[in-house]
Order: sequence, then C-alpha cells, then structure tokens
Amino acid sequence: MSYEKIDEYMLDKYPKKVYRKRAKSVLPNDPAEPGEIQANVRTIPGIITQRGCTYAGCKGVILGPTRDIVNITHGPIGCGFYSWLTRRNQTRPESDKAENFIPYCFSTDMQDSNIVFGGEAKLKEAIQEAYDMFHPKAIAVFSTCPVGLIGDDVHAASKEMKAKFGDCNVFGFSCEGYKGVSQSAGHHIANNQIFKHVVGLDDTRSDSKFRVNLLGEYNIGGDGFVIDELFERCGIEIVSTFSGNSTIGAFENSHTADLNLIMCHRSINYVADMMEKKYGIPWLKVNFIGTEATSKSLRRLGEYFEDEELIAKIEAVIVEEEVKVKAELDLIKPNTKGKTTMLFVGASRAHHYQELFNELGMETLAAGYEFAHRDDYEGRRVIPNIKVDADSRNIEELHIEKDEAKYSQKLQDKKAALEAKGVEFSDYDGIMVEMEKGSLVIDDISHYEMEKLIDMYKPSIFCAGIKEKFAVQKMGIPLKQLHSYDYGGPYAGYKGAVNFYKDIDRMVNTKVWSLIKAPWATGAAMNASFVKVS
Amino acid sequence: MLLRHTIDEVKERKALTINPAKTCQPVGAMYASLGLHGCLPHSHGSQGCCSYHRSALTRHYKEPVMSGTSSFTEGSSVFGGQSNLIQAFNNMFTVYDPDIIAVHTTCLSETIGDDVSQIAQKAIDDGKVPEGKYIVQASTPSYVGSHVTGFANMCTSIAKTFPEVSEDKLNFVNILPGWVEPSDMKELKRIMGIMHVPFVMFPDTSGVMDAPQTGKHNFFPKGGTKIPDLKRAGSAAYTFALGKFCSEDAGLALKKKCDVEFETFDIPLGLKATDRFLMKLSEVTGCPVPEELEDERGQLVDMITDMEQYLYGKKIAMYGDPDNLIPLTEFLVDIGMKPVHIVTGTPGKYFTEKMASLVPDANFKNGPQADMYLMHQWIKNEPVDLLIGNSYGKYIAKDENIPFVRMGFPIYDRVGHSYFPLVGYRGALRLVEKILSVIMDKIDAESTEEKFELVM
Ligand code: SF4
Ligand code: SF4
Repeated sequence: MSYEKIDEYMLDKYPKKVYRKRAKSVLPNDPAEPGEIQANVRTIPGIITQRGCTYAGCKGVILGPTRDIVNITHGPIGCGFYSWLTRRNQTRPESDKAENFIPYCFSTDMQDSNIVFGGEAKLKEAIQEAYDMFHPKAIAVFSTCPVGLIGDDVHAASKEMKAKFGDCNVFGFSCEGYKGVSQSAGHHIANNQIFKHVVGLDDTRSDSKFRVNLLGEYNIGGDGFVIDELFERCGIEIVSTFSGNSTIGAFENSHTADLNLIMCHRSINYVADMMEKKYGIPWLKVNFIGTEATSKSLRRLGEYFEDEELIAKIEAVIVEEEVKVKAELDLIKPNTKGKTTMLFVGASRAHHYQELFNELGMETLAAGYEFAHRDDYEGRRVIPNIKVDADSRNIEELHIEKDEAKYSQKLQDKKAALEAKGVEFSDYDGIMVEMEKGSLVIDDISHYEMEKLIDMYKPSIFCAGIKEKFAVQKMGIPLKQLHSYDYGGPYAGYKGAVNFYKDIDRMVNTKVWSLIKAPWATGAAMNASFVKVS
Repeated sequence: MLLRHTIDEVKERKALTINPAKTCQPVGAMYASLGLHGCLPHSHGSQGCCSYHRSALTRHYKEPVMSGTSSFTEGSSVFGGQSNLIQAFNNMFTVYDPDIIAVHTTCLSETIGDDVSQIAQKAIDDGKVPEGKYIVQASTPSYVGSHVTGFANMCTSIAKTFPEVSEDKLNFVNILPGWVEPSDMKELKRIMGIMHVPFVMFPDTSGVMDAPQTGKHNFFPKGGTKIPDLKRAGSAAYTFALGKFCSEDAGLALKKKCDVEFETFDIPLGLKATDRFLMKLSEVTGCPVPEELEDERGQLVDMITDMEQYLYGKKIAMYGDPDNLIPLTEFLVDIGMKPVHIVTGTPGKYFTEKMASLVPDANFKNGPQADMYLMHQWIKNEPVDLLIGNSYGKYIAKDENIPFVRMGFPIYDRVGHSYFPLVGYRGALRLVEKILSVIMDKIDAESTEEKFELVM
C-alpha cells in the first residue's frame, strides 16, 4: 500500500483541522534521511489518545519506584488512588524491616472546603502526620490540577516543614496534570526537583573501581534486578538507578559516579545533562533490551573504563550468556520468523523492543511514541531546532552551573580522549535511523488510527498499553503490554530476552485466536429439521 | 511484611488519607455512561484523569473502555474549556458517530467553574450536535463524595435528560440497579423475566462491559439501555431505586420530572434484601414470586444451614461502597458471621445510621480518613477470620494471613466478577461458596498431615 493511500485511509474521516494536524505526525520512514515529524504537541480534544498527564509522569513514573520516600499526592483522592501500585515497579528493601512505602498511597484527599479556602494548611498537617507516624528520610509532595488553580504553594509548605523537622527532606513538585501535553512534562519536572533537592547531598565514595548510574530504568517486572545482576558479575557498581528499586540515599550519592548510562532517553536525558554540567560526569546511551543490545552496551562500558580485567570479565559474561540465549532462540525463531509487529508505547520502549523482535525474525511495520519529542525520533541533533512553544515554556529550565568543588575534570579529560578515538558520548540517534525504509512512524497515535492501521496490515502482534489491550484483542490480534508487560517479565538482559522470546512465541502461536469463530458461523447448511408435531 | 509501616496504635488523623477506600467521581460517571447503548463518555478536563479512569475501568472489566477528553492545557485552565469541549463534540460526532455523548467534569473544569450544561446548550444551538443525537452531562467534582457519587450524578442526569413526561402510567417498572457488575445487571434482568415483570433498566452495562470475543471491535457494543427505553422510563408505573447512594437521586429526579412513584431499596444482595425486593415487586405489579425463585431461595438457605459450623461467629473486616456494604453486613449477620471492622471512603450519614443498627458493636467509619490503613490498624488490634473488599486488600490479607474474598471495585487481579453475579439468591449462593472456599482453603493449607482430611 502506498503512503498516500495509507494516509487517506487512516486520516480521511477527520475534520479538516484535525486532518491537517495529524498528517504532520504520520511519516513513512527513511532511515537514511529521517524526515521531520511533529511531536510533543497538544492532543486534540475529542480524539481518543493513549496519553496520560504530567502528574502521572512525575509521581507515577519517576518517583513511584523509590521505596523510602513518602509520596503524598496533594489533591482530591483520585489521582493518588490511580497511581497506587498500578505500575509494577518492583523493589527489594535491604531487609524485612527496611523502609518501603511503595505499597502505600498517601493523599490529602482534598474536600470542597479545601478547594474554596485553600489546601495548604491541610497539606502541612498531612506532612506532619506522615512524619509523626513514619519518620521517613524524605517526603515528596505532588500537585494535582486543582491545587495549581487555587494556588496552594507546595514548595513553601514543604520548605517550612523541612525546616521544622530538621531530619527529613521535604520537597514539592508542581506537576499539575494540565502543565504539559503529556507525561513527558512530568518527567522533566520530577528530574528537576530531584536534582535540586537531593542529588549531591552525600559525597561518600565507595572504593569500587567502576562506578556508574543507570538512568531511565524503572524496574518494571524486575528488569532492573536483571541488569543489577549482570553488572555485579562484571564487577561494575551501580551507584544509583533512576529510579527503579531506588532509595533516596542512592540519589544523594549519585554525583560520585564515573559515568551515566541512559536507558530511557526521553524520560531522563535532563538528569544526565545536568549532572555533566555540574559534576562533569559524561553520559552514554545504552540499551539492555535485546541480546545484541545488551552485549553492545556492556562492551561500551569496557571501552569506557579501559581496564583489561574488566573487559575480560565482560567478554566472559557475554560469551556465556549468548550461548545460552542462542540455544533457546534456535528453538523459537522458526515459530516467529516472518511475523509482524507494531509498537506504540511510552518512549524508549517503542524503540528498544524492536531489537527483540528483530532477533525473533519479526518485522516492525509501524512504531511510534506516546509522549516523545522530536529528538526521540530524529536524534539529538535536532534539539537546537525544536520550537519552544507555550506548553514547553511552562516547565522550569534549571540554570545549572559547574560545582567547582565536586566537578571532575578528570572524567571530562577521559571523555575527550575517548571521543578522539571515536567513542560517541551524549548522543542518541533516535528511532528512525533504526527502522526499516517504508515502515510507518506515527507520533501520539489515536485510537481511531490504531484500529485503521490494524485493519490494513493485520500484524501478528501489537504492542501498547492497558487502554488499547482489549480493543485490539477484540479485533483478533494479541496485544503485548509494554508498560506493565502483562504481568510477565523481566525482559531486560539475556535472561529477559529469553523470557520475551518465549512470551511472544506463545502469543503469536497460541491456538485460541483461531477459535473465535463458532463452527456453525462458517455457513454450513443445516440438513435436517424437526418433524412438526401437530 | 508488605505493609510493614502499619502500626497498631490508632491515632486520629485529620489530614492524611492512607490507602483510600474510595476513588474519585468521574470514574463512576464514566461507568454509568457506558451503560447506555451507543454512548461515548467524555471527560471535560485534562487528559490524565480520563486516562486514569479508562485504565481503572479497563483493568477491572478487562474490556475496552473508550472515552473522549477535552485535553486541557495551561491555557484552557486559565481561559475555560468551552472551545475545547465544542471542538471535542465536533470531532467525536464526526469520527466515532455516537448516539449520545455523556460529559462529566473533572476537578479541573469544576474548579475553574466551566458550566458544561451551558456549553452543551451552546453546541446544540450552534448546530454542532447532529439531528437525533444527544448530550447528557453531569457535574462530578472529585472533592465531593466519591466514585459512587459520580455514578449517582450521571444516573441522575440521565434520569433528567431522557425520560418523557407522560400522563398515562403503563404496566412496567423502572429498575435503577446501582453500581453493580454487568453480571448483576444481567441477573436482575433474569429475575424480572422469571417474575414476568416488564421493565426498563438503566444504566445497564451488560453486553457492554462483558462483550463477547467476535474478532471485531465494536466501538459501541450491542448492550446498554437504548434511547427509546430511556424515553419510555417516564411512563413507568414505579421505579425501584437500588442503593441509596447510587440510585436514590435518580429515582427522585424521575419522580419530579415524570411523576413516577419510586422507592429506594437496598441492592438485593444476600437473603433479606432480595426478599424485600421481590416482595415489593410482587406487591407493585401483582405478579407473584414464582416457584423457581422460591427454590433458589431454598437452595441458598439450605447451603447455609448445611455449612453453618464454618460460618458461625467468624469475624470479618470489610471495605468498599456503602450500597454494597449495607446489605452485605445484614446478610453476614443473618448467616451467623460477625462483621467487626467496616470502612468506606464514601461519606454519608445513612451509612453510619445503618451500621449502628445492624452491627452496633463493630468498628465502622466512613468519609475522609476512613481508609484501609485504619481498617488494617483495627485488624491488628482485633484480628479477623475473613476479609472482604477490592484487590487492594490482598496486601493486608497476605501480611495478616486472612482468607480473602474479592468484592467491589476495583478488582484488578482476578476475573469472573463481570460474569458471575452476587445479587439475588443465586448471587448470595456464590458469595457463600466463595467465603467457604477461602476459609476451608486456609484450614487445609495449615492443617498438619494427620489432621488433613477428605470428608467434611
Ligand atoms: S484531578 Fe480529580 S478527577 Fe482527575 S483523577 Fe484527580 S481526583 Fe480524579
Ligand atoms: S520506558 Fe516508556 S513508559 Fe517507561 S519511562 Fe520511558 S517512556 Fe515512560
């Protein structure tokens, strides 16, 4: 089907204004010359979208996985309720007694009197109650839509309470749902505040030789555990993960790492950039989804640290693991080869998971992000050209300066030396260069477009989230959730890759899809009838 | 310990809610809207609320939940959402072609004071609503009440919008089923069928939130109350409003507008509530309760008498929605069990009054800070043999090793609730079966080898 046809079929029914807008977000891919795609713009009222809000990005995605912070949602009950245990962030406290607030949902449950007269007093009281009951190391406060409107100052309230307690870090987030056009604004707001209020507070340096931070890994379904274990086998210490299975102490200490690794570029590139500016820590884009990607990313670490022993260890792990993966893949690939997929999720997942599908011999027909920016599609080189609109201007840009005392010139010199040898730092090429020519790239796909797309191509499997899942499956196509993994996973690293192969094999080959039509619905004629009893 | 920070000492909290036993209004309004055939819910506010509400309903019902949103950004939050909503109407009628758009508000649009009924009227006046199509709207600020209130508000709006005034009252009744599962609505319809009573029921999510797999996604599944039936509701002889919190206002609205006699009943959950419902139904319509239902009742009582030893005196903690908790408490007391801790986040004096009369010695509380954290604290002070409530209770059940029956909203981690009813005698039978199973599973799991026995 030609692109024009697709465009017509998929967008034709839209009112003119909607058509004009949506057409800019749908592109046939050309990896040699990625086109310009419209992204990070407002969704269109009434057009059913996959997107969530700023609060979801801030509290749900970024802060949700940190176990020892008491996260208080300041607002009516709903926002807190929906972000309560719905993201599968697994965590492993140090002991049975160590702090873990993840199973709890804290809210100020604002009532109409708080909306009319202001909710700051109630918020302070709630912070006090939380402190008295739990004595946590930190309390974070999240603003929801009505809070922004009535003007409650969560920052002032937090500051006041922090000063009052002395031994508990209290900070707030202006992450009202309407602040941005998607969750992405929330990631940015979250990262800014964590950077401002937490990172850099603890200068203790452990004595291990290879120390990194892993950014943008949220430990959904235990992915982070798999990566932790891999790193441990290679002898690399993860100082902090932002923010899967994380603790406030690890964030405080994170500026002492020697390298930042970025998994999900969209949600967290800000932290890497800010850490580099302030502390001189270089960053590399990595990916631990897919066998090849995992090996490649591990080798990049060896290359960075330039240590023979480390390189040898990494190679040993790679050899050992790849053999195991290959044995499994050889059994599975004949079942999956030639099948097709489409992925429309978050940000990095729509990109990374294509590697796993490639390994299975499956073709990605179309992909796109739920809340990415142009750089996630076209690569970081377009960042300077991205128009800053009113919605992006809404979000505070921190002014970061070099911290003279803590800045590591040594790391920067190392970076320069490696760059001279051709190592690429601070870079991300985006999704388009890695997708096939002619595949479709669609930003913020609407529900309507999704159904049209499935109609046209009938992919073997579709990847999206819970809101899409049952609609797609009603169409007779299995849907793999790539936000929650359908309660499966982990899918990271070698172990995870094998899990994923098996799950996909099952999903595209299970017989149940062939049972949808009742046998009599095929039109076989009836050849007898009851004798009429008179 | 999953909930390792839950401490036994109960201190009054004034501001902090921990592990709520309720959620916010729009999700209820959305669920109610889905019970109308050809209806597309629309959330007037920023898109995050809509996304959350769709996800919550999807996870509970395991069905597609479609809804539009006005996608507010900073600008709309300052200048009002009128243009977003009108644009949304146009887009939705063009692209999805619903018969009805059911708009509910969110905290945001409520706080800025958008007048949705006025905007809807403007859209109609400006010809933005195609001929024969409807807009129904409800105000659902989440800083008032709970998801139950939102459900009730949408039902009330439906009752105000569609039913037509008629002098002649005809021989049929209206059933306002309250927030129950599609399976329960189906069961109510079955009971009406056995009773030979003609009826209109709204909302009715059966056929919508339990749609069959056909290989085709029907944006508007075949279930749901149809517009002609909604209109006809105005000429019913009588309205049964089931559930004081969910349905009374709608019953009242219908009475005011169309002068349909009405009464509020408990949701027919358990024995006596079902008895009362059937007796009134019989009284109003003159249709006797048929043998078939009497047999079902007899089977229920039979199971309880047979199994009485496993039920008697067992202590129960529960949380959920008041319209469920009230008849449930009554039923559990009737079968010899002992509800001792009961919370619901939904405010309302009626709940406390009812509980005071049904279980005066129990710990019960509702409204803000009547949360699952408090209930868990009570459990630590006075342990129970059974826990009943939505999926979030599994953390308490695991920590405290309490047999657990899932009931209410949301149930994310089990299936079946949308297919197997809990209302009526048959529903009660299933409830007792579930209770017995978890209690006995625990006995089996914990018994020593010599005490492990086959015959009861
Ligand atoms: S802002 Fe209000 S309506 Fe939206 S999710 Fe939160 S409580 Fe519910
Ligand atoms: S991986 Fe996807 S879901 Fe996770 S933070 Fe990134 S964009 Fe969001």
